[in-house]
Amino acid sequence: MTDNALRELYQEVILDHSRHPRHYGALEGASHKAEGYNPLCGDRVTVYLKLGEDNRVADIKFEGKGCAISQASASMMTDMLKGRTAAEAERLMQGFLHLVKGEDASDLPEDDRERLEVMGGISEFPMRVKCATLAWHTYRNAVEEGAT
Amino acid sequence: MNAPVLNQTGKISASFDAEKARGDFEILSRTVYGKPLVYLDSGASAQKPRVVLDAMRDFAQSEYANVHRGVHFLSAAATDRYEAARRTVQKFLNAAREDEIVFTKGGTEAINLVSYSYLAPLIQPGDEIVLTVMEHHSNIVPWHFLRERQGAVLRWVDVRDDGSLDIEALDAAINAKTKLVAVTHMSNVLGTITPLKDIVARAHAKGVPVLADGCQGAVHEPVDVQALDIDFYAITGHKLYGPTGIGALYAKRAHLKAMRPFNGGGEMIREVMKDRITYADAPARFEAGTPPIIETVGLATALDYLSAFDRKAVAAHEYDLLAYAREQVKQFNWLRVIGDAPGKGAILSFEAEGMHAHDLATILDREGVAVRAGHHCAQVLMERFGVASTSRASFALYNTRADVDALIAGLSKARGILT
Repeated sequence: MTDNALRELYQEVILDHSRHPRHYGALEGASHKAEGYNPLCGDRVTVYLKLGEDNRVADIKFEGKGCAISQASASMMTDMLKGRTAAEAERLMQGFLHLVKGEDASDLPEDDRERLEVMGGISEFPMRVKCATLAWHTYRNAVEEGAT
Repeated sequence: MNAPVLNQTGKISASFDAEKARGDFEILSRTVYGKPLVYLDSGASAQKPRVVLDAMRDFAQSEYANVHRGVHFLSAAATDRYEAARRTVQKFLNAAREDEIVFTKGGTEAINLVSYSYLAPLIQPGDEIVLTVMEHHSNIVPWHFLRERQGAVLRWVDVRDDGSLDIEALDAAINAKTKLVAVTHMSNVLGTITPLKDIVARAHAKGVPVLADGCQGAVHEPVDVQALDIDFYAITGHKLYGPTGIGALYAKRAHLKAMRPFNGGGEMIREVMKDRITYADAPARFEAGTPPIIETVGLATALDYLSAFDRKAVAAHEYDLLAYAREQVKQFNWLRVIGDAPGKGAILSFEAEGMHAHDLATILDREGVAVRAGHHCAQVLMERFGVASTSRASFALYNTRADVDALIAGLSKARGILT
Protein backbone atom coordinates (compact mmCIF):
# COMPACT_ATOMS: atom_id res chain seq x y z
CA MET A 1 0.00 0.00 0.00
CA THR A 2 2.67 2.40 1.14
CA ASP A 3 5.04 1.07 -1.44
CA ASN A 4 2.40 1.40 -4.13
CA ALA A 5 1.98 5.08 -3.31
CA LEU A 6 5.74 5.57 -3.57
CA ARG A 7 5.99 3.65 -6.83
CA GLU A 8 3.10 5.69 -8.15
CA LEU A 9 4.84 8.92 -7.15
CA TYR A 10 8.26 7.99 -8.48
CA GLN A 11 7.17 6.13 -11.59
CA GLU A 12 9.48 5.76 -14.53
CA VAL A 13 7.96 8.59 -16.58
CA ILE A 14 8.59 11.07 -13.77
CA LEU A 15 12.11 9.86 -13.05
CA ASP A 16 12.85 9.99 -16.76
CA HIS A 17 11.66 13.58 -17.02
CA SER A 18 13.70 14.58 -13.95
CA ARG A 19 16.86 12.92 -15.28
CA HIS A 20 16.43 14.02 -18.85
CA PRO A 21 14.39 17.21 -18.73
CA ARG A 22 12.87 18.38 -22.03
CA HIS A 23 13.27 21.95 -23.25
CA TYR A 24 15.99 22.59 -20.72
CA GLY A 25 18.10 25.73 -20.83
CA ALA A 26 17.81 29.45 -21.40
CA LEU A 27 15.67 30.61 -24.33
CA GLU A 28 17.33 33.11 -26.65
CA GLY A 29 15.07 36.07 -27.38
CA ALA A 30 12.48 35.16 -24.77
CA SER A 31 9.65 37.68 -24.54
CA HIS A 32 8.75 36.65 -20.99
CA LYS A 33 10.63 35.16 -18.09
CA ALA A 34 10.04 34.43 -14.39
CA GLU A 35 11.88 32.75 -11.56
CA GLY A 36 10.14 30.49 -9.09
CA TYR A 37 11.61 29.58 -5.74
CA ASN A 38 10.35 27.42 -2.95
CA PRO A 39 12.30 28.46 0.14
CA LEU A 40 11.15 25.38 2.04
CA CYS A 41 12.87 22.94 -0.30
CA GLY A 42 15.20 25.19 -2.19
CA ASP A 43 13.53 24.16 -5.48
CA ARG A 44 14.29 26.68 -8.23
CA VAL A 45 12.72 27.00 -11.65
CA THR A 46 13.18 29.68 -14.29
CA VAL A 47 10.62 29.65 -17.10
CA TYR A 48 11.37 31.36 -20.43
CA LEU A 49 8.61 32.06 -22.95
CA LYS A 50 8.18 33.38 -26.43
CA LEU A 51 4.58 34.49 -26.61
CA GLY A 52 2.75 35.11 -29.88
CA GLU A 53 -0.80 36.19 -30.69
CA ASP A 54 -3.32 35.53 -27.85
CA ASN A 55 -0.27 34.92 -25.70
CA ARG A 56 0.14 31.62 -27.51
CA VAL A 57 3.23 29.79 -26.29
CA ALA A 58 5.35 29.87 -29.42
CA ASP A 59 8.33 28.54 -27.51
CA ILE A 60 9.11 27.59 -23.93
CA LYS A 61 12.18 26.45 -22.02
CA PHE A 62 13.13 26.12 -18.40
CA GLU A 63 16.13 25.86 -16.13
CA GLY A 64 16.12 24.73 -12.55
CA LYS A 65 17.41 22.72 -9.65
CA GLY A 66 15.45 20.79 -7.12
CA CYS A 67 13.74 17.53 -6.29
CA ALA A 68 12.65 14.99 -8.87
CA ILE A 69 9.03 16.10 -8.61
CA SER A 70 9.68 19.78 -9.24
CA GLN A 71 11.98 19.15 -12.17
CA ALA A 72 9.81 16.47 -13.77
CA SER A 73 6.77 18.67 -13.44
CA ALA A 74 8.58 21.57 -15.12
CA SER A 75 9.75 19.32 -17.93
CA MET A 76 6.29 17.88 -18.56
CA MET A 77 4.79 21.35 -18.41
CA THR A 78 7.05 22.65 -21.15
CA ASP A 79 6.08 19.65 -23.27
CA MET A 80 2.41 20.33 -22.86
CA LEU A 81 2.27 24.11 -23.03
CA LYS A 82 4.01 24.54 -26.35
CA GLY A 83 1.53 25.79 -28.92
CA ARG A 84 -1.25 26.61 -26.47
CA THR A 85 -2.97 29.96 -26.10
CA ALA A 86 -3.01 31.62 -22.71
CA ALA A 87 -6.63 30.59 -22.19
CA GLU A 88 -5.87 26.96 -23.05
CA ALA A 89 -2.83 27.01 -20.81
CA GLU A 90 -4.84 28.41 -17.92
CA ARG A 91 -7.41 25.64 -18.29
CA LEU A 92 -4.65 23.06 -18.36
CA MET A 93 -3.09 24.56 -15.25
CA GLN A 94 -6.37 24.54 -13.34
CA GLY A 95 -6.93 20.93 -14.29
CA PHE A 96 -3.40 20.08 -13.20
CA LEU A 97 -3.86 21.80 -9.84
CA HIS A 98 -7.05 19.81 -9.26
CA LEU A 99 -5.29 16.61 -10.22
CA VAL A 100 -2.33 16.99 -7.86
CA LYS A 101 -4.62 17.90 -4.99
CA GLY A 102 -6.70 14.81 -5.61
CA GLU A 103 -9.70 16.87 -6.71
CA ASP A 104 -12.03 16.35 -9.66
CA ALA A 105 -10.09 16.99 -12.88
CA SER A 106 -12.75 15.76 -15.28
CA ASP A 107 -12.96 19.13 -17.02
CA LEU A 108 -9.55 18.42 -18.58
CA PRO A 109 -9.70 17.20 -22.17
CA GLU A 110 -9.18 13.47 -22.15
CA ASP A 111 -5.80 13.31 -23.85
CA ASP A 112 -4.43 16.05 -21.54
CA ARG A 113 -5.73 14.20 -18.55
CA GLU A 114 -4.11 11.00 -19.70
CA ARG A 115 -0.75 12.69 -20.07
CA LEU A 116 -0.95 14.50 -16.75
CA GLU A 117 -2.21 11.56 -14.79
CA VAL A 118 1.32 10.36 -14.06
CA MET A 119 1.54 13.31 -11.66
CA GLY A 120 -1.66 12.24 -9.90
CA GLY A 121 0.29 10.18 -7.36
CA ILE A 122 1.44 13.39 -5.70
CA SER A 123 -2.03 13.85 -4.20
CA GLU A 124 -1.08 11.17 -1.68
CA PHE A 125 1.80 13.40 -0.53
CA PRO A 126 0.34 16.76 0.49
CA MET A 127 3.75 18.04 1.68
CA ARG A 128 5.04 17.69 -1.87
CA VAL A 129 2.23 19.31 -3.87
CA LYS A 130 4.11 22.61 -3.92
CA CYS A 131 7.03 20.90 -5.62
CA ALA A 132 4.72 19.85 -8.46
CA THR A 133 2.99 23.21 -8.86
CA LEU A 134 6.09 25.44 -8.72
CA ALA A 135 6.75 25.41 -12.47
CA TRP A 136 3.13 26.11 -13.34
CA HIS A 137 2.89 29.08 -11.01
CA THR A 138 6.16 30.32 -12.43
CA TYR A 139 4.77 30.03 -15.96
CA ARG A 140 1.77 32.11 -14.94
CA ASN A 141 4.01 34.75 -13.32
CA ALA A 142 6.04 34.91 -16.51
CA VAL A 143 2.93 35.56 -18.59
CA GLU A 144 1.44 38.09 -16.21
CA GLU A 145 4.49 40.01 -15.00
CA GLY A 146 7.51 38.70 -16.80
CA ALA A 147 7.70 40.73 -20.03
CA THR A 148 11.39 41.18 -20.73
CA MET B 1 16.97 -5.02 31.70
CA ASN B 2 18.64 -3.12 28.91
CA ALA B 3 19.79 -6.26 27.21
CA PRO B 4 18.64 -5.61 23.63
CA VAL B 5 20.74 -2.50 23.31
CA LEU B 6 23.73 -3.80 25.20
CA ASN B 7 23.84 -7.00 23.17
CA GLN B 8 24.04 -5.08 19.94
CA THR B 9 26.53 -2.47 20.94
CA GLY B 10 28.34 -3.83 23.94
CA LYS B 11 29.46 -0.28 24.57
CA ILE B 12 26.63 1.72 26.06
CA SER B 13 27.33 2.97 29.51
CA ALA B 14 25.49 0.99 32.13
CA SER B 15 24.49 4.25 33.76
CA PHE B 16 22.19 5.22 30.91
CA ASP B 17 19.49 2.94 29.60
CA ALA B 18 18.07 4.28 26.33
CA GLU B 19 15.43 1.57 26.05
CA LYS B 20 14.12 2.51 29.46
CA ALA B 21 14.18 6.22 28.60
CA ARG B 22 12.20 5.47 25.44
CA GLY B 23 9.37 4.33 27.66
CA ASP B 24 9.08 7.88 29.00
CA PHE B 25 8.05 9.12 25.55
CA GLU B 26 4.64 7.83 24.63
CA ILE B 27 4.75 9.12 21.07
CA LEU B 28 7.68 6.84 20.26
CA SER B 29 5.43 3.79 20.47
CA ARG B 30 3.12 5.00 17.71
CA THR B 31 3.27 3.93 14.10
CA VAL B 32 3.20 6.01 10.91
CA TYR B 33 1.94 4.44 7.68
CA GLY B 34 1.77 1.19 9.61
CA LYS B 35 5.48 1.23 10.44
CA PRO B 36 7.05 1.92 13.85
CA LEU B 37 8.00 5.57 14.21
CA VAL B 38 11.74 6.17 13.92
CA TYR B 39 12.16 9.75 15.06
CA LEU B 40 15.46 11.23 13.87
CA ASP B 41 14.44 14.88 13.85
CA SER B 42 15.09 15.88 17.45
CA GLY B 43 17.48 18.56 16.24
CA ALA B 44 14.41 20.38 14.94
CA SER B 45 12.31 19.61 17.98
CA ALA B 46 12.56 16.90 20.59
CA GLN B 47 9.67 14.78 21.82
CA LYS B 48 8.31 15.37 25.30
CA PRO B 49 8.49 12.85 28.14
CA ARG B 50 5.35 12.01 30.08
CA VAL B 51 6.58 13.87 33.19
CA VAL B 52 6.66 17.15 31.28
CA LEU B 53 3.16 16.78 29.89
CA ASP B 54 1.86 15.64 33.30
CA ALA B 55 3.51 18.53 35.10
CA MET B 56 1.94 21.06 32.74
CA ARG B 57 -1.51 19.56 33.06
CA ASP B 58 -1.24 19.14 36.84
CA PHE B 59 -0.12 22.73 37.25
CA ALA B 60 -2.91 24.02 35.03
CA GLN B 61 -5.44 21.95 36.94
CA SER B 62 -4.34 22.80 40.45
CA GLU B 63 -2.20 25.93 40.72
CA TYR B 64 -2.77 28.05 37.65
CA ALA B 65 -3.38 31.81 37.66
CA ASN B 66 -1.55 34.81 36.25
CA VAL B 67 1.79 35.56 37.86
CA HIS B 68 3.16 38.51 39.80
CA ARG B 69 0.13 40.77 39.86
CA GLY B 70 -2.36 38.97 42.06
CA VAL B 71 -2.60 38.76 45.83
CA HIS B 72 -4.81 35.72 45.80
CA PHE B 73 -3.77 32.19 46.64
CA LEU B 74 -3.43 30.82 43.13
CA SER B 75 -1.53 33.82 41.83
CA ALA B 76 0.97 33.38 44.63
CA ALA B 77 1.25 29.66 43.90
CA ALA B 78 1.73 30.23 40.17
CA THR B 79 4.31 32.94 40.83
CA ASP B 80 6.21 30.55 43.07
CA ARG B 81 6.31 27.94 40.30
CA TYR B 82 7.32 30.52 37.71
CA GLU B 83 10.19 31.84 39.79
CA ALA B 84 11.19 28.32 40.81
CA ALA B 85 11.47 27.53 37.09
CA ARG B 86 13.85 30.45 36.74
CA ARG B 87 16.03 28.96 39.45
CA THR B 88 15.93 25.61 37.65
CA VAL B 89 17.26 27.27 34.50
CA GLN B 90 19.86 29.11 36.59
CA LYS B 91 21.04 25.81 38.01
CA PHE B 92 20.96 24.12 34.58
CA LEU B 93 23.31 26.75 33.16
CA ASN B 94 25.11 27.29 36.47
CA ALA B 95 24.45 31.03 36.39
CA ALA B 96 25.60 32.97 39.44
CA ARG B 97 22.25 34.65 40.00
CA GLU B 98 18.66 33.84 39.18
CA ASP B 99 18.02 37.37 37.91
CA GLU B 100 20.49 36.70 35.11
CA ILE B 101 17.89 34.42 33.51
CA VAL B 102 15.32 36.10 31.24
CA PHE B 103 12.47 33.97 29.97
CA THR B 104 11.82 34.32 26.24
CA LYS B 105 9.61 32.49 23.83
CA GLY B 106 12.61 30.60 22.48
CA GLY B 107 16.18 30.86 21.30
CA THR B 108 15.27 33.18 18.46
CA GLU B 109 13.68 35.74 20.76
CA ALA B 110 16.62 35.47 23.15
CA ILE B 111 19.09 36.41 20.42
CA ASN B 112 16.82 39.14 19.07
CA LEU B 113 16.66 40.54 22.59
CA VAL B 114 20.44 40.86 22.70
CA SER B 115 20.49 42.40 19.24
CA TYR B 116 17.82 44.98 20.00
CA SER B 117 18.43 45.77 23.64
CA TYR B 118 22.15 45.29 24.07
CA LEU B 119 23.93 45.72 20.77
CA ALA B 120 21.80 48.10 18.67
CA PRO B 121 22.42 51.11 20.96
CA LEU B 122 26.19 50.49 20.79
CA ILE B 123 26.53 50.14 17.02
CA GLN B 124 28.09 52.91 14.95
CA PRO B 125 28.41 52.54 11.18
CA GLY B 126 31.43 50.33 10.45
CA ASP B 127 31.31 48.49 13.76
CA GLU B 128 31.72 44.76 13.32
CA ILE B 129 29.97 41.61 14.46
CA VAL B 130 31.90 38.37 14.14
CA LEU B 131 29.95 35.24 13.30
CA THR B 132 30.64 31.88 11.72
CA VAL B 133 29.26 30.52 8.47
CA MET B 134 27.60 27.65 10.37
CA GLU B 135 25.14 29.83 12.28
CA HIS B 136 21.44 29.13 12.20
CA HIS B 137 19.40 31.96 10.66
CA SER B 138 18.27 32.89 14.18
CA ASN B 139 21.87 33.85 14.91
CA ILE B 140 22.29 35.65 11.57
CA VAL B 141 19.16 37.62 10.82
CA PRO B 142 19.16 39.71 14.05
CA TRP B 143 22.66 40.88 13.10
CA HIS B 144 21.62 41.51 9.50
CA PHE B 145 19.07 43.92 10.97
CA LEU B 146 21.94 45.91 12.48
CA ARG B 147 23.79 45.80 9.17
CA GLU B 148 20.74 47.05 7.24
CA ARG B 149 19.61 49.65 9.73
CA GLN B 150 22.79 50.87 11.38
CA GLY B 151 25.64 50.07 9.04
CA ALA B 152 27.14 47.26 11.08
CA VAL B 153 29.57 45.00 9.22
CA LEU B 154 29.16 41.23 9.47
CA ARG B 155 32.52 39.53 9.57
CA TRP B 156 32.19 35.85 8.65
CA VAL B 157 34.51 33.17 9.94
CA ASP B 158 34.75 30.12 7.69
CA VAL B 159 34.80 26.52 8.82
CA ARG B 160 37.27 23.91 7.61
CA ASP B 161 36.17 21.31 5.09
CA ASP B 162 35.46 18.85 7.90
CA GLY B 163 33.16 21.44 9.48
CA SER B 164 35.43 22.31 12.39
CA LEU B 165 35.95 25.88 13.45
CA ASP B 166 39.34 27.45 12.87
CA ILE B 167 39.86 29.22 16.18
CA GLU B 168 42.85 31.16 14.84
CA ALA B 169 40.70 32.51 11.99
CA LEU B 170 38.06 33.53 14.46
CA ASP B 171 40.65 35.21 16.66
CA ALA B 172 42.05 37.06 13.65
CA ALA B 173 38.57 38.33 12.75
CA ILE B 174 38.20 40.10 16.09
CA ASN B 175 39.58 43.61 15.92
CA ALA B 176 39.16 47.06 17.44
CA LYS B 177 35.85 47.54 15.63
CA THR B 178 34.32 44.29 16.85
CA LYS B 179 31.36 44.79 19.16
CA LEU B 180 30.24 41.18 19.57
CA VAL B 181 31.18 37.62 18.70
CA ALA B 182 28.03 35.59 18.01
CA VAL B 183 28.69 31.89 17.63
CA THR B 184 26.82 28.63 17.88
CA HIS B 185 27.69 26.20 20.64
CA MET B 186 26.78 23.31 18.33
CA SER B 187 25.94 23.50 14.63
CA ASN B 188 22.45 22.26 13.81
CA VAL B 189 23.70 20.95 10.46
CA LEU B 190 27.29 19.84 10.96
CA GLY B 191 27.06 18.86 14.60
CA THR B 192 30.32 20.74 15.18
CA ILE B 193 30.82 21.74 18.80
CA THR B 194 32.71 24.99 19.17
CA PRO B 195 35.42 25.59 21.80
CA LEU B 196 33.41 28.23 23.66
CA LYS B 197 35.83 28.66 26.52
CA ASP B 198 38.69 29.37 24.19
CA ILE B 199 36.54 31.68 22.05
CA VAL B 200 35.45 33.67 25.09
CA ALA B 201 39.02 33.93 26.40
CA ARG B 202 40.30 35.25 23.07
CA ALA B 203 37.40 37.67 22.61
CA HIS B 204 37.67 38.97 26.16
CA ALA B 205 41.38 39.50 25.69
CA LYS B 206 40.34 42.09 23.11
CA GLY B 207 37.49 43.43 25.23
CA VAL B 208 34.74 41.87 23.10
CA PRO B 209 31.71 40.10 24.58
CA VAL B 210 30.48 36.73 23.30
CA LEU B 211 27.01 35.37 22.66
CA ALA B 212 26.48 31.64 22.19
CA ASP B 213 23.46 30.12 20.51
CA GLY B 214 23.00 27.14 22.79
CA CYS B 215 19.81 25.77 21.24
CA GLN B 216 21.58 22.57 20.18
CA GLY B 217 24.61 22.65 22.46
CA ALA B 218 22.76 22.77 25.77
CA VAL B 219 20.87 19.62 24.83
CA HIS B 220 23.97 17.56 24.31
CA GLU B 221 26.42 18.74 26.92
CA PRO B 222 26.29 20.37 30.34
CA VAL B 223 26.75 24.14 30.25
CA ASP B 224 28.49 26.20 32.91
CA VAL B 225 28.18 29.86 31.99
CA GLN B 226 30.42 30.90 34.87
CA ALA B 227 33.23 28.56 33.89
CA LEU B 228 32.85 29.71 30.29
CA ASP B 229 32.74 33.33 31.49
CA ILE B 230 30.36 33.86 28.58
CA ASP B 231 28.31 37.06 28.25
CA PHE B 232 25.11 35.72 26.65
CA TYR B 233 23.81 32.18 26.23
CA ALA B 234 20.49 31.39 24.54
CA ILE B 235 18.46 28.20 24.97
CA THR B 236 15.09 26.98 23.74
CA GLY B 237 12.76 24.65 25.62
CA HIS B 238 11.40 22.49 22.85
CA LYS B 239 14.76 21.02 21.88
CA LEU B 240 15.45 20.24 25.56
CA TYR B 241 12.50 17.82 25.73
CA GLY B 242 10.31 20.68 26.96
CA PRO B 243 7.37 22.53 25.43
CA THR B 244 7.37 25.05 22.59
CA GLY B 245 6.93 28.74 23.29
CA ILE B 246 9.49 28.96 26.08
CA GLY B 247 13.21 29.58 26.11
CA ALA B 248 15.67 31.65 28.06
CA LEU B 249 18.52 34.06 27.75
CA TYR B 250 21.37 34.00 30.21
CA ALA B 251 23.08 37.37 30.36
CA LYS B 252 25.66 38.69 32.76
CA ARG B 253 24.14 41.00 35.32
CA ALA B 254 26.21 43.97 34.19
CA HIS B 255 24.91 43.63 30.63
CA LEU B 256 21.30 43.27 31.71
CA LYS B 257 21.53 46.42 33.80
CA ALA B 258 22.71 48.38 30.79
CA MET B 259 20.18 46.98 28.32
CA ARG B 260 17.21 49.01 27.15
CA PRO B 261 13.74 47.47 27.37
CA PHE B 262 12.58 45.23 24.52
CA ASN B 263 8.81 44.73 24.37
CA GLY B 264 6.75 47.29 26.29
CA GLY B 265 3.72 46.37 28.35
CA GLY B 266 2.63 44.98 31.68
CA GLU B 267 5.10 43.48 34.16
CA MET B 268 8.12 45.32 32.81
CA ILE B 269 7.48 48.74 34.36
CA ARG B 270 7.98 50.33 37.74
CA GLU B 271 5.79 53.37 37.21
CA VAL B 272 3.83 54.65 34.22
CA MET B 273 2.70 58.29 34.17
CA LYS B 274 1.32 60.42 31.36
CA ASP B 275 4.66 62.01 30.61
CA ARG B 276 7.27 59.72 32.09
CA ILE B 277 8.00 56.10 32.75
CA THR B 278 10.41 54.03 34.79
CA TYR B 279 11.17 50.40 34.23
CA ALA B 280 11.42 47.33 36.39
CA ASP B 281 14.80 45.76 36.98
CA ALA B 282 15.90 42.75 34.95
CA PRO B 283 14.69 40.17 34.35
CA ALA B 284 11.14 41.59 34.62
CA ARG B 285 12.17 44.51 32.40
CA PHE B 286 12.49 42.09 29.51
CA GLU B 287 9.40 40.00 30.23
CA ALA B 288 6.55 42.27 29.15
CA GLY B 289 3.06 40.84 29.10
CA THR B 290 1.77 37.60 30.51
CA PRO B 291 4.50 35.02 30.00
CA PRO B 292 3.91 31.41 28.89
CA ILE B 293 3.43 30.31 32.49
CA ILE B 294 2.40 26.70 31.93
CA GLU B 295 5.24 26.22 29.44
CA THR B 296 7.69 27.59 31.99
CA VAL B 297 6.66 24.86 34.41
CA GLY B 298 7.08 22.37 31.56
CA LEU B 299 10.56 23.66 30.79
CA ALA B 300 11.66 23.34 34.41
CA THR B 301 10.34 19.78 34.51
CA ALA B 302 12.16 18.93 31.29
CA LEU B 303 15.44 20.30 32.65
CA ASP B 304 14.98 18.29 35.84
CA TYR B 305 14.24 15.22 33.73
CA LEU B 306 17.41 15.67 31.68
CA SER B 307 19.56 16.55 34.67
CA ALA B 308 18.49 13.40 36.51
CA PHE B 309 20.46 11.34 33.97
CA ASP B 310 24.20 10.97 34.03
CA ARG B 311 24.67 13.48 31.23
CA LYS B 312 28.09 12.18 30.30
CA ALA B 313 26.51 8.76 29.80
CA VAL B 314 23.73 10.28 27.68
CA ALA B 315 26.31 12.07 25.55
CA ALA B 316 28.27 8.81 25.19
CA HIS B 317 25.09 7.04 24.07
CA GLU B 318 24.32 9.70 21.47
CA TYR B 319 27.90 9.64 20.28
CA ASP B 320 27.72 5.88 19.92
CA LEU B 321 24.67 6.24 17.68
CA LEU B 322 26.46 8.79 15.54
CA ALA B 323 29.60 6.66 15.25
CA TYR B 324 27.48 3.61 14.37
CA ALA B 325 25.54 5.54 11.72
CA ARG B 326 28.77 7.02 10.36
CA GLU B 327 30.20 3.54 10.01
CA GLN B 328 27.05 2.12 8.41
CA VAL B 329 26.74 4.80 5.72
CA LYS B 330 30.26 4.00 4.53
CA GLN B 331 28.69 1.16 2.50
CA PHE B 332 26.98 3.79 0.32
CA ASN B 333 29.53 5.20 -2.09
CA TRP B 334 26.83 7.59 -3.35
CA LEU B 335 26.46 9.28 0.01
CA ARG B 336 28.58 12.21 1.17
CA VAL B 337 28.57 13.13 4.86
CA ILE B 338 28.81 16.85 5.53
CA GLY B 339 30.47 17.62 8.84
CA ASP B 340 33.08 15.36 10.33
CA ALA B 341 34.64 17.61 12.94
CA PRO B 342 36.43 15.83 15.78
CA GLY B 343 34.24 15.54 18.87
CA LYS B 344 31.12 16.62 17.03
CA GLY B 345 27.62 16.12 18.43
CA ALA B 346 25.05 13.57 17.33
CA ILE B 347 23.92 15.03 14.03
CA LEU B 348 24.48 13.35 10.67
CA SER B 349 23.96 15.51 7.59
CA PHE B 350 24.51 14.11 4.15
CA GLU B 351 24.01 14.55 0.47
CA ALA B 352 23.07 11.64 -1.76
CA GLU B 353 24.21 11.61 -5.36
CA GLY B 354 21.33 11.70 -7.82
CA MET B 355 18.75 11.97 -5.06
CA HIS B 356 17.33 15.24 -3.86
CA ALA B 357 16.96 15.50 -0.09
CA HIS B 358 13.21 15.94 -0.34
CA ASP B 359 12.67 12.87 -2.46
CA LEU B 360 14.81 10.92 -0.02
CA ALA B 361 12.92 12.26 3.00
CA THR B 362 9.58 11.39 1.41
CA ILE B 363 10.63 7.78 0.90
CA LEU B 364 12.14 7.50 4.39
CA ASP B 365 8.94 8.96 5.79
CA ARG B 366 6.91 6.14 4.28
CA GLU B 367 9.23 3.76 6.12
CA GLY B 368 8.35 5.53 9.35
CA VAL B 369 11.73 7.31 9.46
CA ALA B 370 11.46 11.04 10.20
CA VAL B 371 14.47 13.03 9.02
CA ARG B 372 14.81 16.65 8.04
CA ALA B 373 15.56 17.73 4.49
CA GLY B 374 16.36 21.21 3.29
CA HIS B 375 18.67 24.05 4.15
CA HIS B 376 18.05 23.74 7.91
CA CYS B 377 17.83 27.52 8.28
CA ALA B 378 21.52 27.67 7.45
CA GLN B 379 21.73 28.93 3.88
CA VAL B 380 25.15 30.53 4.42
CA LEU B 381 26.48 27.11 5.37
CA MET B 382 24.77 25.43 2.39
CA GLU B 383 26.56 27.89 0.16
CA ARG B 384 29.85 27.15 1.90
CA PHE B 385 29.51 23.46 1.08
CA GLY B 386 28.06 24.07 -2.38
CA VAL B 387 24.77 22.27 -1.75
CA ALA B 388 21.16 23.44 -1.99
CA SER B 389 20.00 21.16 0.76
CA THR B 390 21.00 18.18 2.84
CA SER B 391 19.25 15.37 4.63
CA ARG B 392 19.80 15.33 8.35
CA ALA B 393 19.36 12.66 10.98
CA SER B 394 19.69 13.98 14.51
CA PHE B 395 19.93 11.69 17.51
CA ALA B 396 18.47 12.16 20.96
CA LEU B 397 18.69 10.26 24.22
CA TYR B 398 15.73 8.05 23.25
CA ASN B 399 17.19 6.81 19.96
CA THR B 400 18.78 3.38 19.63
CA ARG B 401 20.87 1.47 17.14
CA ALA B 402 17.65 -0.04 15.83
CA ASP B 403 16.67 3.48 14.68
CA VAL B 404 19.97 3.74 12.80
CA ASP B 405 19.32 0.35 11.21
CA ALA B 406 15.91 1.57 10.01
CA LEU B 407 17.54 4.66 8.53
CA ILE B 408 20.11 2.57 6.68
CA ALA B 409 17.45 0.21 5.32
CA GLY B 410 15.38 3.20 4.22
CA LEU B 411 18.35 4.73 2.42
CA SER B 412 18.92 1.50 0.49
CA LYS B 413 15.28 1.42 -0.47
CA ALA B 414 15.27 5.06 -1.59
CA ARG B 415 18.27 4.34 -3.75
CA GLY B 416 16.36 1.52 -5.39
CA ILE B 417 13.34 3.67 -6.13
CA LEU B 418 15.06 6.85 -7.25
CA THR B 419 17.94 5.58 -9.35
